[in-house]
Amino acid sequence: MQFADPPAAEAAAPLVADAAAIARWRTLRDEVAAASPERRALTLQAASRHVRRQVLHTIDAAGLGHIGGDFSVTDILVTLFDAVLRIDPARPGWAQRDRFILSKGHCAAALYSVLASAGFFPEARLAHFAAPLSPLNGHPNRRKIPGVETNTGPLGHGLPVAVGCAAAAQITRQDFRTFVVLGDGELQEGSNWEAAMYAAQRGLGSLTAIVDRNRLQQGASTGDTNDLEPLPDKWRAFGWETHVVDGHSHAELQAVLAAPPGERPRAVIADTIKGKGVSFMENGVEWHHKVPSAAQYAAAIEELSK
Amino acid sequence: MSKEDSNAGFDCRQAFAEELAALAAADPRVVAVCNDSVGSSNLGGFRKAFPERLVNVGIAEQNMVGVAAGLANAGLRPFVCAASPFLTGRALEQIKADVVYSDFPVVLCGMSPGMAYGELGPTHHSIEDLAWLRATGDLAIVVPADPQETRAAMRWALASERPSFLRIGRTKVPAVSPEGQGFTPGRAVVLRPGRDITLVAIGTMVSRALDAAERLAAQGVDARVINAASVKPLDDATMLAAARETRGIVTIEEAVVHGGLGSAIAELLVQQHPARMRILGVTGLAPTGSTAFLFEHFGLTAENIVRQATELLDTH
Repeated sequence: MQFADPPAAEAAAPLVADAAAIARWRTLRDEVAAASPERRALTLQAASRHVRRQVLHTIDAAGLGHIGGDFSVTDILVTLFDAVLRIDPARPGWAQRDRFILSKGHCAAALYSVLASAGFFPEARLAHFAAPLSPLNGHPNRRKIPGVETNTGPLGHGLPVAVGCAAAAQITRQDFRTFVVLGDGELQEGSNWEAAMYAAQRGLGSLTAIVDRNRLQQGASTGDTNDLEPLPDKWRAFGWETHVVDGHSHAELQAVLAAPPGERPRAVIADTIKGKGVSFMENGVEWHHKVPSAAQYAAAIEELSK
Repeated sequence: MSKEDSNAGFDCRQAFAEELAALAAADPRVVAVCNDSVGSSNLGGFRKAFPERLVNVGIAEQNMVGVAAGLANAGLRPFVCAASPFLTGRALEQIKADVVYSDFPVVLCGMSPGMAYGELGPTHHSIEDLAWLRATGDLAIVVPADPQETRAAMRWALASERPSFLRIGRTKVPAVSPEGQGFTPGRAVVLRPGRDITLVAIGTMVSRALDAAERLAAQGVDARVINAASVKPLDDATMLAAARETRGIVTIEEAVVHGGLGSAIAELLVQQHPARMRILGVTGLAPTGSTAFLFEHFGLTAENIVRQATELLDTH
């Protein structure tokens, strides 16, 4: 296991930016922006593998987490942070930044790994995930974690807050964009549809909602629980510009996420695989929040190191 | 002549609307967020003056509070104006997670609270709000007693840059605040000194406590009257002084007796200076009736305050 048990005082320390990591991230962003499509795909795939390994270390050290959803959302997060979002990890409060909200807050380990990769805080702090008094709570807390825009965890909260961010940009005539990642099971919460309706009413073109469509919720498939289909039609009926993409293709994700805003809010249904990247976790409902054994950890690291 | 000069008493929503417009004129960050409640929250004038700064999400309270948090994230200063039962009941988790835990400077304005919608029944009464919100993290809870205190509380709430909840009454009330009195969180206002017994009230009940004190004076009982508009944080020192210096405390609130003002004071005193208390308020879901009828029904009257105070002193 990569991380040793941290002393409590270390775990409780505030998170501060990691200048060296920010410099590396800026170089990566420049490379991604300038690269050929083939080269860009390889670079982002490597970044995703790194994030998945960090997620694995993080959950292994904490003894808890939501690894299946972390892995399904990883490529979406990597595409956003390494190729799309207008952000500056050295200035998390920059007024003109794009807003990113992880509504499926239980996938905090994936978000924290991506934030650390961008230098919002040092990667070594991932060892403190869920430790006593750690700023890295089991669900994201904006008061403690630079780069987190709002506290999520209870489902159905991220989209309304994102609508508020986008409405503020519209009212104040600012050009920042707002991106929110929703779980698919989360769409069973009615508050999402209140927000979806209102975003279309206001014509919030600066708003993009990405659905991590892994088709599994905590105990079963979404289809066997409270079916969401026809999901693209639902978003279209609510007045959203709707796209369905391969949620593990950085190229497809980047094309739709980086496209200029239109007149209407944009829904991106990203078809994903829960547990993506580790063969024995993929599409296994039990990996919603199972923690790998030592042998499974070693096997997973090996797959993610290829 | 504004409504505030009327002898019939004041609807605090009028002062609220005027103050909100004044704050918006002075501060471009101020926006109003509502749930199809432009009329009931008295926001017609605001909409006319600042059409782009009125965010009406329709009948969708969860979205309303989440949107307010997002507006605050992006630098605006939202006043969420909605009938209190729906703001606090329907959107309680959004208040907890999106506003209080996220610590966004959102001013939650519970309009027409208590039993202001008398005959519309318990679905439209907001008597649980104080109990729910007192238990919800670090949220300031203010129950202004009259237009002057409503305006002062709004100015404070905006300047505080923290989450707050203001109860904005529609039931007509007389002016009770001393001239020039502002609002300070954690500070109660002693409206009348007294040595025998203390009456602590909020909102619509403050004038009734003052009325009761007059009647007690006629019986030779010297009653102290305290307006405890800052329900949270509570003015501990003023409550402890009342417990030490008088022979009992009667609390009066237009809210359920479990978890509101009386509970807050009892929690303090039982641990630091136990005092004899009577907690007057709403004891359950209300039957059908007007606000005035329901005040009588639940004993929220000067007569009953006098009776309870007298009993407390007699049994001492």
